[in-house]
Amino acid sequence: MDFQLSDDQRDLATGVREFCEGRFDRDRMRNLVDHDRKPGMVDKKLWQELAETGFFSLRVAEDEGGVGLGTAEAALVYEEAGRALLPGPLVATHLAASLGGELGAGAASGELIVGVVEGDASPILVEHLDALDVLLILDEDGIRKVAPADVAGTAVKNPVDPFTPLHHVEALPEGELVADAETAARFRREGAVLTAAVQLGIAGKLTELATQYAKEREQFGRIIGSFQAVKHLCADMLVRTEIARAAVYSAAVTLDDPVVGDAAVAVPTAKLMADDAATRNGKDATQVHGGMGFTWEVDVHLYLKRAWVHATQYGDADDNEEALAATL
Amino acid sequence: MDLRYTEAEESFRAELRAWLDEALPKLPPKPDRNDWPGRRAYDTTWQRMLFDAGYAGIHWPVEAGGKGATPTEHLIFLEETERAGAPYVGANFVGLLHAGPTINAAGSEEQRRKYLPGILSGEDVWCQGFSEPGAGSDLASLRCRAVRDGDEYVINGSKIWTSHAEVADYCEMLVRTDQDAPKHKGITWLIVPMDTPGITIRPLETVMGTSEFAEVFFDDVRVPVANRVGDENDGWRVTMVTLSFERGTAFVSEVVASQRLLHELAELAKKVTRKDATAWDDVALRRELGHLTAEFEALWALTKWNVSEAARAGMPGVGGSVFKLRFSETKQKLYELAHRLLDRAALVVEDVAGLPSGDLMDERLSSLSYTIAAGTSQIQRNIVGERILGLPKER
Ligand SMILES: Cc1cc2nc3c(=O)[nH]c(=O)nc-3n(C[C@H](O)[C@H](O)[C@H](O)COP(=O)(O)OP(=O)(O)OC[C@H]3O[C@@H](n4cnc5c(N)ncnc54)[C@H](O)[C@@H]3O)c2cc1C
Repeated sequence: MDFQLSDDQRDLATGVREFCEGRFDRDRMRNLVDHDRKPGMVDKKLWQELAETGFFSLRVAEDEGGVGLGTAEAALVYEEAGRALLPGPLVATHLAASLGGELGAGAASGELIVGVVEGDASPILVEHLDALDVLLILDEDGIRKVAPADVAGTAVKNPVDPFTPLHHVEALPEGELVADAETAARFRREGAVLTAAVQLGIAGKLTELATQYAKEREQFGRIIGSFQAVKHLCADMLVRTEIARAAVYSAAVTLDDPVVGDAAVAVPTAKLMADDAATRNGKDATQVHGGMGFTWEVDVHLYLKRAWVHATQYGDADDNEEALAATL
Repeated sequence: MDLRYTEAEESFRAELRAWLDEALPKLPPKPDRNDWPGRRAYDTTWQRMLFDAGYAGIHWPVEAGGKGATPTEHLIFLEETERAGAPYVGANFVGLLHAGPTINAAGSEEQRRKYLPGILSGEDVWCQGFSEPGAGSDLASLRCRAVRDGDEYVINGSKIWTSHAEVADYCEMLVRTDQDAPKHKGITWLIVPMDTPGITIRPLETVMGTSEFAEVFFDDVRVPVANRVGDENDGWRVTMVTLSFERGTAFVSEVVASQRLLHELAELAKKVTRKDATAWDDVALRRELGHLTAEFEALWALTKWNVSEAARAGMPGVGGSVFKLRFSETKQKLYELAHRLLDRAALVVEDVAGLPSGDLMDERLSSLSYTIAAGTSQIQRNIVGERILGLPKER
């Protein structure tokens, strides 16, 4: 057993972090949300760059033109996506790349932007609809494919996360069945782990933002991070992040190598712990920033709002707790 | 990241399992909770069995008489012994996890020869005399003093919360040997035989009404200078050396035990009734069980993470405080849930109406100490904030 990053995994994570810092730094992130909102909030040029870096083809076999890596590596990549607050249906498109055929190839290469929605959701809110080339519906029978143009929806005026535009849809079109129920279940499992990885990145970034502010801001003639009430908030943020990290990596490794654990426990654990870390860290990071934390200008709310979006995807807290209780 | 055990690790596990199958039935019956001499005998009998089988001091270096196991083998050892229902380290805790490793690292050859074999064989039980009435979280402010008189130290003062003091043969002690030096610089680490004249033990009653720890008074207690480990006034550093033996395995048994308890509580929830349904039908309660399942699964993953980190680095990472914080608070939540399940049966610290309220409430009470002993949660948060996140100290 060696549950630590290998050299290759470390290099991969560092490489992706550098890529994100180079191509989607804070200025570009703020520019997208403050000045230059794109349809569906997907920057197509950036999307193409992400595709070239392997964001979508990461787990596609090498002889099929992919990178041929596992879920563990994908988790490291998506953690960085969370840190950088990369927008768009990244996980959905990544999962679609595993479907093969034209759809899979298009998703892997970045030509197709693919979204996912749960068929039995209520209300049905489709993310990034204006940017999508394909929408996949997950339900009991499997995965159905619909053309975004066939989705009759009303754009939501005030989505909570400015990076995640939503369309309210009364009824989804029938669509064409493209994968069976087993594949849909796999989508949910892998989607949960990769989304948990994104949340892990968000949780870690929020810990950094809060700690950094706590080291700079002075009140009563002291650095606020020296006050225990503030220090302990930061400490709790770190603890949540590290617990989530262990859970997410462990679930990812378990999906790659099922004999090492029980995916039925590991997957909902990862999602639950990472959702909890990201959302609660968002609240605490806001508190540490005081009045600044309540401003649009400080990035904390953007991370918190994104965390709220992810917390509803591929299983929310209620689903995960019930799934875990069922294993007892 | 590889969660697969190697072939060598798996065969270590298989051998251990086979031995446990054969050895555990030979254990004497478990003594009563408050029968401390009986508990000492039980714990040391088990230690002797481990010793005879070559498992004593599993994580100690071979030179010290241990097995020199890797951190991962130590993890497997603790996991398997707990799963098999073997006794907890109990009265052997201080000897095996604190005093022994410290003497091995910082003691003289003679001290190693004199004290280590008795710890490994279960012959000698040790206690830890660090905390004082005036020195808890701020341990370095301790005042119990030792004054040099020829080739002896004369100790005066008192220690408190000394677990197993009544049944211990030796005490690892921190004493003040320089009143004037800065507080960390005037402390010395001493070995004190508990039968030395001048020692008085006053058992303290815990919230459970038991007496697992005591206050210990020292009146002109004389020990040879040869009982000093490390240099005079260098005791703080010697103590810090002890901490460096932690390999991420400190709570392995307890995580495994907590996971088992979760399953037991789920069974209990399916049995006990609330109005016209079972407790399990209560969504809030069931989800809390689900949530705690995630917590312990994540803590188990973090254990493997920390153990692997220690195995690679050859020394502990900074993760100990992170783990202790989350684990102690989560384990308290587990017993809060047990309490909730028991409803009014929680008012009884013995089995009632066919419910296991005896053990559960005993542990419920005991769990109040998890966030206090071995560094309170507040102190752990200071450590995480200052040493990991680099936030400034208060003063
Ligand atoms: C079951 C049990 C067994 C024990 N066994 C042993 C043993 O065998 N040998 C031994 O030497 N000791 C032992 N101890 C002692 C234990 O290590 C101390 O109780 C612990 O370190 C806390 O010290 P204290 O009790 O003096 O509390 P205090 O230090 O007085 O703390 C009181 C409260 O103040 C808070 N506090 C203190 N300082 C700070 C700070 N700087 N910032 C924020 N909050 C602060 C604490 O968190 C706590 O809530 C045992 C304790 C227990 C409960």
